[in-house]
Amino acid sequence: MTISVWPDNKPLDVAAIRDLPEGERAEQLKLVAKQVRRLVVQMIDIARAGHIGGDLSVTDALVTAAFGVLNISPETADDPGRDRLILSKGHCAAALYSVLALRGFFPVDDLETFMKPLSKLNGHPNRLKVKGVEANTGPLGHGLPIGVGSAIASKLSGKNWQTFVFTGDGELQEGSNWEAAMTAAHRKLDNLVVIVDRNRLQQGARTEETASLDPLADKWASFGWEVAEIDGNDTAALLKAFTQNRNGKPLAVIANTLKGKGVSFIEDRVEWHHKVPSKEQVELALKELA
Amino acid sequence: MNAHSSVANETFDCRVAFSEKLIALAEADPRIVAVCNDSVGSSNLNAFRDRFPDRLINVGIAEQNMVGVAAGLANGGFIPFVCAAGPFLSGRATEQVKADVAYSNYGIVLCAMSPGMAYGELGPTHHSIEDISWMRAIDNLDVLVPADPEQTKAAMDWAVASGRPIYMRVGRHKVPSVTPADRDVAFTFGKIDVTGDGNDVALVATGTLVSRALEAADILKAEGISARVLNVSTIKPLDAETILKAARETKGLVVAEEGVLEGGLGAAVATTLAENHPAKARFLGVTGFAPTGSNDFLLEHFGLTAKGIADAARKLVG
Repeated sequence: MTISVWPDNKPLDVAAIRDLPEGERAEQLKLVAKQVRRLVVQMIDIARAGHIGGDLSVTDALVTAAFGVLNISPETADDPGRDRLILSKGHCAAALYSVLALRGFFPVDDLETFMKPLSKLNGHPNRLKVKGVEANTGPLGHGLPIGVGSAIASKLSGKNWQTFVFTGDGELQEGSNWEAAMTAAHRKLDNLVVIVDRNRLQQGARTEETASLDPLADKWASFGWEVAEIDGNDTAALLKAFTQNRNGKPLAVIANTLKGKGVSFIEDRVEWHHKVPSKEQVELALKELA
Repeated sequence: MNAHSSVANETFDCRVAFSEKLIALAEADPRIVAVCNDSVGSSNLNAFRDRFPDRLINVGIAEQNMVGVAAGLANGGFIPFVCAAGPFLSGRATEQVKADVAYSNYGIVLCAMSPGMAYGELGPTHHSIEDISWMRAIDNLDVLVPADPEQTKAAMDWAVASGRPIYMRVGRHKVPSVTPADRDVAFTFGKIDVTGDGNDVALVATGTLVSRALEAADILKAEGISARVLNVSTIKPLDAETILKAARETKGLVVAEEGVLEGGLGAAVATTLAENHPAKARFLGVTGFAPTGSNDFLLEHFGLTAKGIADAARKLVG
């Protein structure tokens, strides 16, 4: 895969980002997010398949958590006390794989095999095939219950790791999320964060035209969660939310995003849920992401 | 093999053995936790809760969440025993069992309490008669049906030692001990336990039907028909070798189970026979949504009795 947006073409020391002061961290995370977006576009171009809209909307939150906050690295992949990042919206595997590749879990070149026959990079992630993947997601509404179990395990074992679960917004129409939301609040799981990629679009239409989610922040608050509603494409705002005081509760970050963020002709258009760009559109997209 | 005489009179609720064994396992291994759905009483977990209050995770009436939470606990290094009434565990959380447990290859023991028609009068909504068919269809999930308390306990030992994704029925309907006294272990994974060496007919049974098959063998013996009884406590993977041996050495097989015929033990046996050694067989199971009645009444209603098994056997050898 071709990488060309690092300053002076020199890859960032991504392992060091977590230790930078907050302002500098947010700036570097923006560079990593741009890189992830370029990789996603190229992966989908090569595979001629994928979920480009959601990949591009969730990228900033994924990158901020993985590189800016959580203890996630190939060196600690089997450490029982490692932080857990769970991509419940498993159809956005391309974004997750790009993050893991940049973090060194596997060679960036492997991304070219995305969805190819017998590739470890299945259309939805598999923990047994790819280090760094914590849950075999794909069917929606699975990640948060698993995250609740992980957060309980963290407290029971005394190892005190963090669990971050990334859900779609349309995904919240699955009732299992709200079952898990009740358990998390009941057990005061302040080591659990759910990030809702609130791009307001689902596969077939706008969420509010399908099964309304608003007022979404109120829903989480009424379930007993601490809530932060932010610009989910802003790494500084994400950093602040991820590290804010949780008041002894699980935290829901409503990340207001643009589906397709970063590519003008894809942004906020329902048809780009899993549409594949033409060769010309790929070039245009990469130009916009340069 | 020693011939089984008449079946013992004393009967047991397997949940009692389950509860005692779970506590013993948890005493020895801090990784063991119980996860349930407001089923502390019905899963017989009161004593476990008193002994290990922090290690009982009751998520409330939320089966999808329950199985997902178990997967998260397994991810975090624990060995969850998920305890819930069979119909709701197998039916409501099927996709979680598939994706979060089996496909994710977690060492989780899914304990289907009060399976089959144990909740007799409560009706078909509360009967777990499709569970074996549904669970058999999921790759990388072992399906166990211990027939008595000794088998239940031994299966739990194996479950913890193996670290496998497992679906296990834990019976509520009182059953006699069917484990012959001379067995070193009451349960061997993947092996059918054979009682008797009769060459006229093989009675293949699982769970509550095993003691009834043993009684049927006694009835047949009095008529000069010699039967062997195959106790299938591992439904998946099926012990094909013992099934085929019985097919070769007898005139036919009767398969009896407290569940639907479509996709259950009978279907597994039929596939094995058809591919390897076509043989005459009769299949007894639950053939429709049950009318109102107790567990015993319903077993009788569907012919899942010693008499029903013996009748089917006579048709094979006649």
